[in-house]
Amino acid sequence: MSVTSHEMQHDDHHGKPYGITRWLFTTNHKDIGTLYLWFSFLMFLIGGTMALVIRTELFQPGLQFVDPHFFNQMTTMHGLIMVFGAVMPAFVGLANWQIPMMLGAQDMAFPRLNNWSFWILPFAFLTLLSTLFMEGGAPAFGWTFYAPLSSTFGPPSTDFFILSVHMMGISSILGAINIIATILNLRAPGMTLMKMPLFVWSWFITAFLLIAAMPVLAGAVTMLLTDRHFGTSFFDAAGGGDPVMFQHVFWFFGHPEVYIMILPAFGIVSEIIPAFARKKIFGRTSMIIAIASIAGLSFIVWAHHMFAVGMPVAGELFFMYTTMLIAIPTGVKVFNWVSTIWRGSLTFEPPMLFALAFVVLFTIGGFSGLMLAIVPADFQYHDTYFVVAHFHYVLVPGAVFGIMSGVYYWLPKWTGNMYSMKLANWHFWLSVIGVNLTFFPMHFTGLAGMPRRIPDYALQFADFNMLSSIGAFMFGFSQLLFLVLLVRTIRGGAKATDTVWEGAHGLEWTISSPPPYHSFTTPPQVK
Amino acid sequence: MSEAPKDSQHLRVANRRLATRLTLATVAMFAFGFALVPLYDVFCDITGLNGKTGRIETSEVRADRVDTSRIINVEFVANLNGDLPFRFEPGIHKIQVHPGETRRIHYVAENLTDQTIVAQAVPSVAPTVASRYFNKTECFCFSQQTLAAGERREMPAVFVIDPDLPAGVTTMTLSYTFFAAPGSDPVALAAIPDNHR
Repeated sequence: MSVTSHEMQHDDHHGKPYGITRWLFTTNHKDIGTLYLWFSFLMFLIGGTMALVIRTELFQPGLQFVDPHFFNQMTTMHGLIMVFGAVMPAFVGLANWQIPMMLGAQDMAFPRLNNWSFWILPFAFLTLLSTLFMEGGAPAFGWTFYAPLSSTFGPPSTDFFILSVHMMGISSILGAINIIATILNLRAPGMTLMKMPLFVWSWFITAFLLIAAMPVLAGAVTMLLTDRHFGTSFFDAAGGGDPVMFQHVFWFFGHPEVYIMILPAFGIVSEIIPAFARKKIFGRTSMIIAIASIAGLSFIVWAHHMFAVGMPVAGELFFMYTTMLIAIPTGVKVFNWVSTIWRGSLTFEPPMLFALAFVVLFTIGGFSGLMLAIVPADFQYHDTYFVVAHFHYVLVPGAVFGIMSGVYYWLPKWTGNMYSMKLANWHFWLSVIGVNLTFFPMHFTGLAGMPRRIPDYALQFADFNMLSSIGAFMFGFSQLLFLVLLVRTIRGGAKATDTVWEGAHGLEWTISSPPPYHSFTTPPQVK
Repeated sequence: MSEAPKDSQHLRVANRRLATRLTLATVAMFAFGFALVPLYDVFCDITGLNGKTGRIETSEVRADRVDTSRIINVEFVANLNGDLPFRFEPGIHKIQVHPGETRRIHYVAENLTDQTIVAQAVPSVAPTVASRYFNKTECFCFSQQTLAAGERREMPAVFVIDPDLPAGVTTMTLSYTFFAAPGSDPVALAAIPDNHR
């Protein structure tokens, strides 16, 4: 064997592999992060298309475009895909790219496991999406799959749905284990836990939430499966079970889940606001304590999703007060963001625009959440469009804007290229106007009593629904600008500097843009 | 948490130990999801939430504890779950009882189809604050009822209200809902012609 070929082999081993196998077999945290982000963007577009089917049907009162059963399949699949396919994988993608770089680590703690946790996902979602083409249609019982809608009355495709939820759960749990191990064992010398960037902190806590909550979801779908096929009666009153218990088990997972979808966004925004206000984050320690308190409280508030099932007064009061308690740590966070902005030298680059919109619009979603926490008021709001407005405000301009601001912040670092500010500004303004036009009127229709998950509505809601539909198309199509921007930035553009942003601090900005395939092969010393 | 381990051998051990612990935590939470089921039942039994009624043995009833100074109105309600093709009603709709007094009532069920149906009645008492004072010594809801085609059956229930019933309660409602027993095919039941329902 000649020296040259030996050297080439050597290079192959350490360099970047090429072609499809690079992506199939990769154990590199940056490659896997990229895979996660593209996957979640694809799911975002698929789930968004379903949302537009819903909004098309609701453009006018009456039944025009789709039949009600298909409408129900769309609301169900839209929810499942956005929650498990778009928002969660996007955060895991950001974690994969950023956590090793922010901690000065070479890679994640378990690189092969990392490959596996990603590659489970496409199969999980192929399984889920394939139910649309099955006899009896896709699951149509809402993303919350309440029994007996999903047990006795679920279509045959429910079993495929159960399998796909199991796969998503395994993927999330493996990802969470990997992230915790990376954070605890791979920090650069001198990087104490309290010195960790807030994005890493938010993911550290989120990973524990995933480990505590996802297995309960797996338990719920397993009970559903045995109820459907193996003669158990977990949720069947005739056999001694109770359908209300399904809701308890589901929401015991479901409430921590909503914080799984927002805490990493808190972390991202806590990185970006100080960078563009050119100040240190106000109240760093209180930010960490607030995230931890929100995570802890998330396990004792679940029944506020089910005030209307007929709980005893003592139970309703308990869950009402604990829910309201969450407003305190959340208020601390909002206060700290605003205080960081206060008297800062602000500039309004795209990541900052998205982060500021996040703070304002997430807070609106938080306030409507407080309204929903009030038991007597909730009896009126339950299952109306007010609830739809609430959770879309915390998830779209909340979680999704958080993800987008993170992408705009780190994209020049990842690609080495600066994106077009003009295109990014267009994307931001169309998105922020579209999102408000879509979801703000839903507060009014909901308070006036328009029920959710119904393909038709009373005539008095027609104008607001038309506005919502226009806003939805505006928001949906403006995401194509984001796609164009991403592709153009990856292909080329003005070279980004290593620091990229004037006020950015942290280890990821000390390495080149784009970073080497294996960054921090020797750990940096953190002072 | 101490400083991150330095050399690769230690790191490997530390990673593996942490992964094992977190996997165990995952398994424990999966088990906890299932543990919620009995926990939920126990919690409802203890507190009487969810309208769950008490069950006592006949020997536990103490005849000397009848509180003749109080009169409680007890109302009886019958419901059918879904499309169960039964006729189902209480023998009497309302009675007055003293706390501590043992009373016997009955419900009547009739299978309206030409096939045998196994069904289970599930009781519930309102107001929920009173449900745990409502004790039954004998009830058709303690076991599944098998009704042959067209069979009509009188089914007894014997109850006694605990004299410790809170003072504010003057009326209680006992409701039974009949469910098709698990395993009976809801599709087959739904196929029964409408005029038999």
